Amino acid sequence: MAVEKTFQEINERIKKGQAVVVTAEELVNMVKEKGVTRVTSEVDVVTTGTFGPMCSSGAFLSLGHSKPRIKMNKVWLNDVPAYSGIAAVDAFIGATEVPEDDPLNSVHPGEFRYGGGHVIQDLVARKKVLLKATGYGTDCYPRREIETEITIDDINEAILFNPRNAYQNYNCAVNLSTRTIYTYLGMLKANLANAHYSTSGQLSPLLKDPMFKTIGVGTRIFLGGGIGYVVWNGTQHFPGVNQDDNGQSYGHAGATLSVLGDLKQMSPRWLVGTSMLGYGATLTVGIGIPIPLLNEEICRYAAAGDDELYAPIMDYSDAFPNLNSSNLGYVSYAELKSGKITVNGKEVPTAPVSSYPRAREIAGTLKQWIQKGDFLLGEPVQLLPNADAGIKVNTLKG
Amino acid sequence: MSSKKVVLRFGADIADQPIIYKLVKDYDLVINILKANVNPQKEGTLVMDITGVNTEQGIEYLRRLGVRVQSLTEEIIQNEEKCVSCGACTDICPTGALYMERPDMVVRFNSDRCVVCHLCVKACPMKAMEVRF
Repeated sequence: MAVEKTFQEINERIKKGQAVVVTAEELVNMVKEKGVTRVTSEVDVVTTGTFGPMCSSGAFLSLGHSKPRIKMNKVWLNDVPAYSGIAAVDAFIGATEVPEDDPLNSVHPGEFRYGGGHVIQDLVARKKVLLKATGYGTDCYPRREIETEITIDDINEAILFNPRNAYQNYNCAVNLSTRTIYTYLGMLKANLANAHYSTSGQLSPLLKDPMFKTIGVGTRIFLGGGIGYVVWNGTQHFPGVNQDDNGQSYGHAGATLSVLGDLKQMSPRWLVGTSMLGYGATLTVGIGIPIPLLNEEICRYAAAGDDELYAPIMDYSDAFPNLNSSNLGYVSYAELKSGKITVNGKEVPTAPVSSYPRAREIAGTLKQWIQKGDFLLGEPVQLLPNADAGIKVNTLKG
Repeated sequence: MSSKKVVLRFGADIADQPIIYKLVKDYDLVINILKANVNPQKEGTLVMDITGVNTEQGIEYLRRLGVRVQSLTEEIIQNEEKCVSCGACTDICPTGALYMERPDMVVRFNSDRCVVCHLCVKACPMKAMEVRF
């Protein structure tokens, strides 16, 4: 009889310290050796991980009241502006925000040495951060300016809230033009001289539960070294299937997650301020998601190896900036990780911008947390829209 | 035999002469040119690695010609606390000094192969590649 397990049954086993937990990397090999049926009955939870730049990240900070009170109209943290149109002493610092005097790309390519992502890393590293704020003065909030040093422990709340993280799959970026270009996937040399990609392939959370059979609102996750939650689908959540011109399927892509957690319990090892030359500042985020093996279908998806997962090859000198969806074919993560791929008949060296060793460490850490009984699975109160939802992409006119 | 990394600066008056050829032929030196540049004023800069028993005599010959010779003290280091092994530097590095150790995909740095071109210093998203003097 086919194996069927529930979240409650697996959580009971976790509490008793009896749950069998493996990383997604371990699962790939186990299923090759033992087959899906046996592994589904033997293994309770598979852990995944990814550690790459995720621009749509930020933190809500409830800074606390000064004496006398101020209604903060403009807020800066280490000279990086934070959005303060929320409440009197609340602000949101976005990972890609840069100081107002940053030269940006005026001398191309700009370095973007410090931005919102770096502020978040400094906060979580418990470094002192300079808070400046101005207000227009009201009867109940009379003060008009404040300048003071804070640490994350001095302020009332710090909530990491990332509206779009953990992209299911990503492009392999190349440059067909005759000049070097600087992208969010790193430096791409002219004339198809290198290729960059950015997922951890067989360890990537949303490539292992591609039809959202287990991940949804309320899924408890490893986030930034602490515990966080999936709170919604991410923005630009377009869960579809990649196909080539002949209708050949190359797997699921385009889904994203909205995630949230208490920044105060996270770590600078897993939230790293990041500078993409010529592009901007961002934050590299560590996310790990447990996938309960409720049945064989879920196990089969989770057991996909690097040789079964494909990324589309996209030209970032023309096709990407001009929103032309045509690509240069598909390449497997096994090929990408080998260090070279063939594009348009040319051998091209590859490099990732997301860290595979760190992704492996995340999956391993999450495995330990669950094995020790410290981390129970969060059963989703609502699963996220998948490839069957028929979500269409809107583009702006003009 | 140990090698020596030097930076040579040539004036426009001698930038067209076969000086490196002389170092090889007359002084029996092994020359590895790491970086070379001639600016619009026709002045040249050359970074090279010299190996051979006559290295000091060769350098003295260069000085007699009016070449300014400085030993290269600048080096690039990998700050291992900051490096997350993303790998974005590994295909940018022109000499393979930065490379991925497979199958673990850990970024390693072999300073012997580094030619101090600074490309990794700019390209590293974590600013983990640092210049040391």
